[in-house]
Amino acid sequence: MESRIWGYMDGRLKEGERLEMEKHLSTCAVCQLRVNEFRAVHVLLDELPMIEPSAAFDVRMQARVAAEPAKQNWWAWFASSPRVAFAASMLVAAMVWVGSQTADTPLNAGDIDKINQNMSVLENYDVISDFAPLSDLPQPVQADDASDTKPNQQM
Amino acid sequence: MLDVQAGDEQSFALLLHRYRTPLVNFLYRMVRNREQAEDLAQEVFLRVYRAREDYVPSAKFTTWLFRIATNLALNSVRDNRYQRMEISLDAPLTADAEDGEEKKLDVAEMHPNIEQHLIEETRRKMIRRAIEKLPEKQRAAVLLHKYQELDYGEISKILECSESALKSLLFRAYETLRVELAPLVAQRAVR
Repeated sequence: MESRIWGYMDGRLKEGERLEMEKHLSTCAVCQLRVNEFRAVHVLLDELPMIEPSAAFDVRMQARVAAEPAKQNWWAWFASSPRVAFAASMLVAAMVWVGSQTADTPLNAGDIDKINQNMSVLENYDVISDFAPLSDLPQPVQADDASDTKPNQQM
Repeated sequence: MLDVQAGDEQSFALLLHRYRTPLVNFLYRMVRNREQAEDLAQEVFLRVYRAREDYVPSAKFTTWLFRIATNLALNSVRDNRYQRMEISLDAPLTADAEDGEEKKLDVAEMHPNIEQHLIEETRRKMIRRAIEKLPEKQRAAVLLHKYQELDYGEISKILECSESALKSLLFRAYETLRVELAPLVAQRAVR
């Protein structure tokens, strides 16, 4: 009853539900009385008069809205300054162009094979430790107070 | 509202004109004080104005508007109750002052029959008091359903409850009103 009475009173029950409700009401005096009383309350509430906002309402409202700080977004800022907008758009265009010039080109199958061949050499510690070109590098400068320290081992 | 969002000030004025009376009436019946109702209505419109740029039309505008209004009203009712308790536990409600306010409007109607006028005024007072006695959430549900004629989906969004919970709120509210207004209901129910 509690869940269906409003749907019934507002005419929002499905046809089957409405017929079922009416069938119940025709045999249940208590529920029938309740529906009548709720309808009576609903109509009674119409007797309350509406009030009108005071004459000062609109004036006060307009004053409060006018006192609101204006919100300026980025676009509005650009719109008010075409030179800044032009400079910003040129900067963005330049950045896009530079980015496109330095972008990595994708590796082809030959490059990948070459890298794979060299990987075994790079991962071999013996090869790297006896790597001849490293011995041609100039010796690191020794600190004055490092006379007792051991000289660096050559790789 | 979408025009207001686009910065059309004229549309905000139209919105204000369209909704100020229902909003002030809803708030007046919630907080029982005309001045406070107008202040709250202004606050609602101001919040709408401030939020115009972020407004997403995911729900009906009225749902959004009355959701703001209901939240403000419920907070205000709770604050008032707390203040009244602080001042005096025996302090009378301000309803008499408000009755006077409406009386002024009624007298302005120049009712030809003073006796009839008094009977009507007594009935109104009874109805008003019965609504005032409802717990605030039940009161909001009745006001939104009866006077704003919003559907269950909208009201349940405003009150942040399920539709079945809303129907239960309405049922309990009408049970209370039925008892409070028994003499008036009896006259109508037997017709």
